[in-house]
Amino acid sequence: MNVAAIDAAAALPLRDPDARRRLGGALLAIVLLWPLLQLAEFRPAALLDASNLRVIGNFLAGFLPPATDAEFLGLLVRATLETLAIATAGITLALFLAAPLAVVATRALSVSAIGPGPGRWRGQALRAACRAILTVLRAIPEIVWALMFVRVLGLGPAAGVLALAITYGGMLGKVYTEILESTDTRPARALLAAGSGRLAALAYGLVPNAAQELTSYTVYRWECAVRASVIMGFVGAGGLGQLMDQSMKMLNGGEASSILLVFLLLVLLADAISAVLRRALA
Amino acid sequence: MAFATHHLGLEHANGLRALHGLDLRLAAGERVAVIGPSGAGKTSLIRLLGCALRPTAGRIELLGHNPWQLSARELRRLRARIGTIHQAPPIPPRLRVITAILAGRLGSWPAWKGLASLLYPADIAGARAALARLDLADRLFDRCDRLSGGQLQRVGIARVLYQQPQLILADEPVSALDPMLADAALGQIVADAEQRGAAVLASLHAVDLALKWFPRVIGLRNGEVAFDLPAGDVSNEMLGELYASEGRVVPTQANDPALLRALGGPDPQAAPRLVRIDSCRGQG
Repeated sequence: MNVAAIDAAAALPLRDPDARRRLGGALLAIVLLWPLLQLAEFRPAALLDASNLRVIGNFLAGFLPPATDAEFLGLLVRATLETLAIATAGITLALFLAAPLAVVATRALSVSAIGPGPGRWRGQALRAACRAILTVLRAIPEIVWALMFVRVLGLGPAAGVLALAITYGGMLGKVYTEILESTDTRPARALLAAGSGRLAALAYGLVPNAAQELTSYTVYRWECAVRASVIMGFVGAGGLGQLMDQSMKMLNGGEASSILLVFLLLVLLADAISAVLRRALA
Repeated sequence: MAFATHHLGLEHANGLRALHGLDLRLAAGERVAVIGPSGAGKTSLIRLLGCALRPTAGRIELLGHNPWQLSARELRRLRARIGTIHQAPPIPPRLRVITAILAGRLGSWPAWKGLASLLYPADIAGARAALARLDLADRLFDRCDRLSGGQLQRVGIARVLYQQPQLILADEPVSALDPMLADAALGQIVADAEQRGAAVLASLHAVDLALKWFPRVIGLRNGEVAFDLPAGDVSNEMLGELYASEGRVVPTQANDPALLRALGGPDPQAAPRLVRIDSCRGQG
């Protein structure tokens, strides 16, 4: 280091120049959060009130013991398979929607950003359009789509599958876009700068780094789809939800708790699948 | 002509001036080494010549084209004719060595061929031959995260050898290799370029390697050309001046104490250049 550089270093203050900005950010977060908690009527003390505790206790007591009669178990197995089918078909369709949109929307595969080169504005407009599509797809809750499709296609799983495909296509696409941008993008950039195409740069430069995360998020979304298909069952889209709806309406807590146990098993299954796939891709 | 620059300048977004007023030409098939202290602008120059950065002043002519006036399609075709060896090889660790090497031709292969090659390698023989030049053929089907830093750097070189570009840009291509391997790897780059008539511009940390393998040497300092001469005309005084900010210590492989010990000290008969450079240490 030469003399001038040492002098310049000595002139720097012995304080973290970013400290004030960080403190300001923390204060701002608190100031913003407080009215939100008020608005949400967040009063945890109400849970511990004696009469409320009794209500909770009675509600939970109705769930024991879980129903195990053969006829109900038959229904349960059928409904479980239906739910799995809805979630799997929905996620598969969602993938076909999400993957192309994410590839177009991600900045990590922008050729025109290198330099920047020709077609930069067109590229930015195209990415913004894809992001807008993804936002619209996921902004409308799947239950709204399900209500609409039940009207068009009639009661049954098909409505659930389509509703999941649309909403989850939007969610998967958005998160894929961001995962691709947050991994090491230098390999893909180097390939693009050596004249390779976008798909090749994706396959050789980005996916090898991001495969684990992409898979784990997709399996997590499949797990969410299993739960979402239950809610959609309440509006007649089939599966465990429809069964749950009937049990709750008949105030049959035992059946409801059997159904909940199945959920627990399904979530554990999703975890196991995720772990196996992540190990395979490690 | 491989490239010509006219008053080429680069200023970063934060106002830092990386390069200023460069007028350089490289003939087709010519080889030149770029040396200079760290921060001199060697990497910036390579990124400009590789069309990875756009100049903020002046212009570049590359293989007969002005890259920034081309359409997106033509620019892509031009980029496929230039091969950059990066100092840190941009290779995902989970990739297999063969895939990393075959990726060198993604610019000239149609998209379907690149994707199909992930299912079954499209050119095992070609990748093997490129890797064999760097004495690493036995690791062809290993994963890149099983390689050492030096081995990975050689895979990065093999990728560009497999690409067969008309202009090879090398950014400290042998910085992670020990002296013997560095010498051999540079020799392979030079041999490949001579065989195919390709031009080479390499930035090098070790001045002795630059003088040994390159007929022409450019000294870069503070983003400007300090000298641009045939290797034989580069004097110790010029080198000392070039590295003035680093205490006039001219970096060479011979400065590596391990190598000096291995050689049993500098031998004037065996390595006259090493000694010549070494002798300028401590001048001024």
